[in-house]
Amino acid sequence: MRLGLLFLSLFLTQPALADSSLPPAQWANRQLPDPRQEAKAEALMEELRCLVCQGQSIADSDAELAGDMRNLVRTRIAAGESPAAVRAWLVERYGNWISYRPPAAPIGWPLWGAPLVLLLLGVLLVRKRIRLGRQ
Amino acid sequence: MNRWLRLLPVALLGLLLAALVWRLAHPEDTTIRSRLAGKPVPEFALPPAQPNQPGLASADLATGQPHLVNLFASWCVPCVAEAPVLQQLKARGVVIDGIAIRDRPEDLAAFLAARGNPFERIGADNASRVQLALGSAGVPESFVVDGRGIIRHQHVGPIEPADVPVILTQLEQAR
Repeated sequence: MRLGLLFLSLFLTQPALADSSLPPAQWANRQLPDPRQEAKAEALMEELRCLVCQGQSIADSDAELAGDMRNLVRTRIAAGESPAAVRAWLVERYGNWISYRPPAAPIGWPLWGAPLVLLLLGVLLVRKRIRLGRQ
Repeated sequence: MNRWLRLLPVALLGLLLAALVWRLAHPEDTTIRSRLAGKPVPEFALPPAQPNQPGLASADLATGQPHLVNLFASWCVPCVAEAPVLQQLKARGVVIDGIAIRDRPEDLAAFLAARGNPFERIGADNASRVQLALGSAGVPESFVVDGRGIIRHQHVGPIEPADVPVILTQLEQAR
């Protein structure tokens, strides 16, 4: 009974108003009429990070700002801008962080090298084991 | 020698645990900062957000005196807390320009009537275009822009009473 009341009281709470009352921007949830441009925009949107829910791409996010970012990407692609230029425009403002395709900067080199180093270590270990087994 | 080598994995595990505990104790700063500090305000021209007040263009910022550009919205809860502090700054002679993010004129009018209107100009940014051009990631955020239209400082989140001295110093330095 008490639990039931508690449960019912959940429905009495007011939702937090964290979103605006304006409808989504023109190109937030609408595809571009040109399928080739839409494909380019789609591919880019998969690789741009949402500023609000920082683990999601703007293609996956329902945040209003993500919608406005999709609108920005589609508008610029429709105006003939290349996806690389749109990405560069955003990187200029938010840093490489905004892009899920980081450039191969020197700071990332150890990360690319790590699998090779680990593989080499593994091979050495196995060779040693085999030798020990033979003796 | 071999005995010490056997301890290596345990040592590595200890190192890993220490790194994890350290990260838990010192979480990463997830604040998103604009990279445009020190650069000119990108060119923009926003229509008026209110019928009785002018809109905001980048040209209005390069007037020879520093401006505080405040990105806000009537639907943004922390903006309510920030409103009295903006009034305080205005009383101290700070020129404050507003950019209203995704707001309806009637909602904005009600917000300004209830919380005060410290703004010289308010531009309507209905698709967050200028917000994205500035490298901002939410509301409220404020930018100190010097008299030549160069961004000098970004404040992420509401300006609280404790932040007033920093903002005033930044505005003074932008003179």
